[in-house]
Amino acid sequence: MLCVSFAFHISRLGYKEPLPDLDFATAMATQTPQRRCEYADEKTNNITIFLTFALSQKHITMSNNKRPIVEKESVVVKFVGDSGDGMQLSGSIFSDSAALAGNDLATFPDFPAEIRAPQNTVAGVSGFQVHMGSEKIFTTGDLVDVLVSMNPASLKANLKWAKKGATILVDTDAFDEKSIEKAGYKKNPLDDNSLESYRMIKAPITAMTKESLKDSGIDNKTAERSKNMFALGILYFIFNRDTSLAFKYFEERFKKNPKIVEINKIVIQAGYNYAETVEALESVIHVGPAKLAKGRYRNITGNIATAWGLLAAAEKSGRPLFLGSYPITPATEILMELSKHKSLGAKVFQAEDEIAGICSAIGASYTGSLACTTTSGPGLSLKSEAIGLALITELPLVIVDVQRGGPSTGLPTKSEQSDLMQALFGRNGEGPIIIIAASTPDDCFYKAYMAAKLSMEHMTPAILLTDGYLGFGSALFRIPKVKDLPAIKPPIAVANDKEYKPYKRNAETLVREWALPGTEGLRHRIGGLEKENITGVVSMDPMNHQIMVDLRAAKVEKIADFIPEQEIDGNKKGDLLVVSWGGTFGAVHSAVKLAQAEGKSISHAHFSYISPLPKNTEKILKSFKKIVVCELNSGQFVNYLRMKFPMPNISQFNKVQGLPFMINELTDKFNQILEEK
Amino acid sequence: MDFVNTTIERSTVQLSKADFESDQMVKWCAGCGAHAILAAVERVFPKIGYRKENFCMISGIGCSSRFPYYVNTYGIHGIHGRAAAISTGVKIANPRLSVWMATGDGDSLAIGGNHFIHVIRRNVDINILLFNNQIYGLTKGQYSPTTPMGKVTKTSPQGTIEHPFNVGELVMGAQGTFYARVPDNNITMMTEAMFEAAKHDGTSIIEIMQNCIIFADKAHNDVIGKEHKDENMLLVKNGQPMIWGKNNEMGLVLKNTMLDVVEIGKNGVTLDDILIHDAYNPDPGIHLMLAKLAPPHFPMVFGVIRAAMFPTYDDMVEEQIKYAKENSPIKNVDDLLNSGDVWDIK
Repeated sequence: MLCVSFAFHISRLGYKEPLPDLDFATAMATQTPQRRCEYADEKTNNITIFLTFALSQKHITMSNNKRPIVEKESVVVKFVGDSGDGMQLSGSIFSDSAALAGNDLATFPDFPAEIRAPQNTVAGVSGFQVHMGSEKIFTTGDLVDVLVSMNPASLKANLKWAKKGATILVDTDAFDEKSIEKAGYKKNPLDDNSLESYRMIKAPITAMTKESLKDSGIDNKTAERSKNMFALGILYFIFNRDTSLAFKYFEERFKKNPKIVEINKIVIQAGYNYAETVEALESVIHVGPAKLAKGRYRNITGNIATAWGLLAAAEKSGRPLFLGSYPITPATEILMELSKHKSLGAKVFQAEDEIAGICSAIGASYTGSLACTTTSGPGLSLKSEAIGLALITELPLVIVDVQRGGPSTGLPTKSEQSDLMQALFGRNGEGPIIIIAASTPDDCFYKAYMAAKLSMEHMTPAILLTDGYLGFGSALFRIPKVKDLPAIKPPIAVANDKEYKPYKRNAETLVREWALPGTEGLRHRIGGLEKENITGVVSMDPMNHQIMVDLRAAKVEKIADFIPEQEIDGNKKGDLLVVSWGGTFGAVHSAVKLAQAEGKSISHAHFSYISPLPKNTEKILKSFKKIVVCELNSGQFVNYLRMKFPMPNISQFNKVQGLPFMINELTDKFNQILEEK
Repeated sequence: MDFVNTTIERSTVQLSKADFESDQMVKWCAGCGAHAILAAVERVFPKIGYRKENFCMISGIGCSSRFPYYVNTYGIHGIHGRAAAISTGVKIANPRLSVWMATGDGDSLAIGGNHFIHVIRRNVDINILLFNNQIYGLTKGQYSPTTPMGKVTKTSPQGTIEHPFNVGELVMGAQGTFYARVPDNNITMMTEAMFEAAKHDGTSIIEIMQNCIIFADKAHNDVIGKEHKDENMLLVKNGQPMIWGKNNEMGLVLKNTMLDVVEIGKNGVTLDDILIHDAYNPDPGIHLMLAKLAPPHFPMVFGVIRAAMFPTYDDMVEEQIKYAKENSPIKNVDDLLNSGDVWDIK
């Protein structure tokens, strides 16, 4: 082996013993199993690899293959190609290898709303982005260092995301006249000078893939589908990684089909060997292991983390998990993931519609389950009435909204934070409930756990807001032990309690008891009609209604005593406070850090608890001369804050393009505000 | 009469009607058919013999749906149309409960139509009391999905121009396993059907031809009224010939592929020629034909028309969980978190 050996990586990581079994197949399953399996099964292995090598060269050493090694703190790699070309698979295998080599990383799949849009069109481009580093990684990366592009359309669609000087690997065989025209190019972009500011690796990938498999006995068409693995092999060379990391995936996943394993190994190695001989690749990149806290790690997507957080809360509370859900992009993975965990007692009901999803969960909650429903914006609209039922019956219920671009069907596969107002106020009547937002893919685990904990302990529904970027995106997850998670103690009523009344409340928390059907001596009825406080008897009494409305609001407000105070990153007072919430954490945090490094008086408050707000929110806001609230909507959180804390100095920065914030647009905005008198 | 279902714990003491009477004032109109339905439920629940804490009564919205407040069990008064979905969640989450649902023709066949057909298709083991009074009562007299075509109501001053649902036909179309039709003026017939529904594993639909004395008075009278019932009601009993009439002189036979009415003793017809009711037949063909019969040429059929045995959704949920628990290496959340591709940083 000419590449840097696996042992080298292990030594860099400081391993004292052999690595644990690197079960790639299972690792793949922790992300988006359905999609990966599809790709794998069809062997549609077409990849577009964009390799962009980065700029700062810290020190140069020589690799085993006699190429100078360029050390990089972080690199963004994006695989793009036709939808169904296997971009997601190649990207996943590549990012898993990065994780095993000790990098911190974040990934994001970028795919069209259609399953198979017309071939070779810009609409049909599918991509997978990996941001890996020896430093802490907070975002999936704004611009790309290395782009792997398998057809003209994917190049056309993604060139704008490539850094100047980026390395671009293209399959020249895919640049035929018809495909070039379909992509919207007037002429072949590889032949004019339009790409001269990039480091181009023009490789006849399709032809070489077929050539490498000519003795394998498979037909040409099947061979061609493996071209993404050829590109992947080139990338392993470029990043000085051992191809055995990739082989492992196939060995585990296709134990029963050695032919598939063999073919993919041949092609990956062929790609690697090709790269070794190409003069364009005069150097290779090394991204060293990140300084991560001690512990056990895995890679996890936000949707899987959400599902696991709910399972953990069920186990910790002793309440069985019930999920009633209807498939909807981008939330469906949570439903699929929980369906796999019947061994943990999870009861998963795929309902006939969104309303049945939440209503079945309300029924399950009444019986004492940790009841959940998962959805995205349009589904949350459909669930509105039932959320009202859960809040007036004062039953626990976790509603996960993986936000996407709206209104209406909107941008199903793109991300937005535009359901906040709907979550806060989208119900008839006075309807305060808990709202929590997750910040990163791994944070989805903890926030799902907290949503379940607070909902059960305070007997009121909770909405967990994540979004498409968090849901599909992945990050490293430092695996907790369930015993270390905070206790969950739901207020279960005891049998034959003579004092039991459905709306008798804990004096401190105002929480009513959870009396489970089947329990002796506690028979009672609840429902959507207003009830008399304490007794739970139907009541149309005007003053009782006032009392109940006030109690439901006060109960939610008191939860502020049970959540952490809002933290500030930076000085406790200063010129500018940057406020953000939910899935924008990575970009906003990175931008604030840059500004702080330049000596600016700027701090960051990233909110996870939206309703109720942390108790010190007003105090924090009043400690800064200026405030800017950054969010991916037209200004929903900022108006919520203005409503709660009327202040003239709150400004806003918004973007509603179905895209995340770029770090530079944030820093530009911060500078502009700081310069304004 | 043995219960197949042994999941639900039985009462160790003999319960009575008083055990299920709630302390709430019953606010239905005087003369409303719902009063009789409530009396039937309070009479049948002690007979069924489950612990009183194991009954759960779920409803949607409408006059019928006030039911949970009037019977002393666990219960949820839900939202319009969603009772079937709420009941499904209750039963899946806790199969040890005997789940009953009170609903109406508007609640289950209009706004809740989707949940109604799907709970039936899945065969979730719940018992649905469908109060069919052919009108929206609580909103004061608009036509419903079962209002006969041409009927003048508050929203159809010139008569309705919609084809009504036949509940039995809808149930069979949704692959229902249990369907009974009963009149609200015969408490014995109601309790017998409710008992059979409780015995049945799967979704049981009991369509109760209920009178709304205010907005659709005597809507069912031509069939179930005293002066018409002998002529127009056929009560079917499993294993017995389908006969009716003042002296049980009328009978049903199969002629070609259709049901036909014959008079016993005329044209050489004897009791042996009459069709025998087989409620347990898995094939719904005859059941569907029976459900669709109506005067003037036929009687309307009452009693348990269909009670076919098919696996229930909730049983299969439990089976899958049991299998997974026995066979999966993942026994707890720590196992799950540490499964697959993980690595240590030291």
